[in-house]
Amino acid sequence: MTPLAADVAQRLKRRARWSGFEIAFWIVAFASIWLLPQKHLILTETAILALFALSLDLILGYAGIISLGQAAFFGTAGYFAGLAAKYGLINEPVLALLCSGLVAAALGFVTSFLVLRGSDLTRLMVTLGVSLMLGELANRYSNITGGADGLQGVTVAPILGLFQFDMFGHTGYVYCLIVLFVCFLIARRLVYSPFGLSLRAIKGNALRCGAVGIPVNARLVAIYTLAAGFAGMAGALLTQTTAFCSLDVLSLERSADLLLVLIIGGTGYLYGGLIGAVIYKFMQDWIATLTPQYWQFWIGLLLVVIVLIGRDRMAAWHEAARAALARLFTRAIGWRRGPALGGAGPDRS
Amino acid sequence: MAILETIGLAKRFGGIVAAADVTLAIDKGARHALIGPNGAGKTTVINLLSGVLKPTAGRILLEGRDITALDPHQRVRLGMARTFQINALFLDLTPLEAIALAVSERLGFGIDCWRLVGRKGAVADEAAEIVERFHLGDVMHERTAILPYGKQRLLEIALAFACRPRVLLLDEPAAGVPEAERHELLATIAALPADVTVLLIEHDMDLVFSFADRISVLVNGALFVDGAPDAVARDPRVKAVYLGEELDA
Repeated sequence: MTPLAADVAQRLKRRARWSGFEIAFWIVAFASIWLLPQKHLILTETAILALFALSLDLILGYAGIISLGQAAFFGTAGYFAGLAAKYGLINEPVLALLCSGLVAAALGFVTSFLVLRGSDLTRLMVTLGVSLMLGELANRYSNITGGADGLQGVTVAPILGLFQFDMFGHTGYVYCLIVLFVCFLIARRLVYSPFGLSLRAIKGNALRCGAVGIPVNARLVAIYTLAAGFAGMAGALLTQTTAFCSLDVLSLERSADLLLVLIIGGTGYLYGGLIGAVIYKFMQDWIATLTPQYWQFWIGLLLVVIVLIGRDRMAAWHEAARAALARLFTRAIGWRRGPALGGAGPDRS
Repeated sequence: MAILETIGLAKRFGGIVAAADVTLAIDKGARHALIGPNGAGKTTVINLLSGVLKPTAGRILLEGRDITALDPHQRVRLGMARTFQINALFLDLTPLEAIALAVSERLGFGIDCWRLVGRKGAVADEAAEIVERFHLGDVMHERTAILPYGKQRLLEIALAFACRPRVLLLDEPAAGVPEAERHELLATIAALPADVTVLLIEHDMDLVFSFADRISVLVNGALFVDGAPDAVARDPRVKAVYLGEELDA
């Protein structure tokens, strides 16, 4: 192997190395199980929202498919999980979760062909249309879904037959966090694989992708299907942890909030949805205690500020701050070392 | 023997004829240039050959196989790749990532969603070789968007080359490249392996006549003259319609 080839091989692999930030993020996330037991209910919601946002990031941040209809998969799987538990079709929650994900993925596969062509606006409208139709279907067939009253009488069995869900959300939070972590690991493997690289290329220039031999449509179908599966698992987690499912799982507001969460956190680096979910849920929690009715005012303001400043500029500030810190640090060391060396100099000569 | 043939290829956009009855034969290993005044339909022919446009009439044969109905990516897999007159690059990727992507797609790792890019040694080795051949070593870790224009033009060809084509379609590779970066680009094009058949579209007559061993002249979407470079250069009709304009300018 030539030195260049060795360098190339090393650089290609280095892209996927775990950074200190990533390790710290997950240590904090798992430490919250013990450190914030009184916050487990909101943390559960946060973990579910984070998984949901991760699914949108896979299609928007990596493949460039904008969607206002991710709730279609969230809600469909949510109802599936609820009905499966209510009628005792699938009792064990983990198995029910996987089946719900598969149902959502199947729906994603079928509807993926609608988003292959067209501009961003077309995709927004098509995905919105699909979720509106499903929402009204759930409303129309209220004998199955419970309609506006929601799906009543869902009892969720213990996880793996061992861990009973409790009213403080302790079990639920650990369960959701583990599912989020596993799904995140899968997504992380995927985005650093050749398949993931081809998605980024498609987002950058689909025309050129065809010209280097990438079957663009097949790739988009694959990622849309997988993302739908992730969104579905998030929906199933909500049903399982609340033992309830209502029409708002399919609402436009849920899809729109999701887009908001992802934009707050930033797209295309996997942590955007996770960080966005934490900011969104905790801002909601914190501001709502100050002004219960008007908390969305502040979310709106944050959104406007983020979009006006622009992600690139924020990244540049971040970079500059890091460089300044590093300079300060080296200068501090240099300052301490400087006099010592100066003092030693004359003695030696 | 012809490696790439078109038979009566035509493309109309509404009432506008962009290509009319183009019958071309490109020999294996040829350095074939396609020239013609602005708006003659040269890029349309490349778009038809590469599958970006579907022809209104006519057929395209690659190594005797009819590829008229195939998608662009299928034609690439059969051994024909192209570059773009206006850069069509992956601006957010580094040249190395883009080249590794093209190589790993060709080797069939594109659907691998579990291993890392470059985990297969073959991809890294070949990407390194291409980076070197196209003089991209010093910029291979930069974002493509910030590369000098000459390097971007080199990457254009490198991406097509990474598909290891038997037929390479170059759409004005030297267009707009500043003088300082030009030599490197021309030398790289001249050094393309002899077993790769090249169809070159170019306005730059120095490049065309130094590179091509056969020239086809396209005027108003139709094939006008086809022959060896000196024969084409001497042809009074070509001088009148094309080279004349060029010399006057």
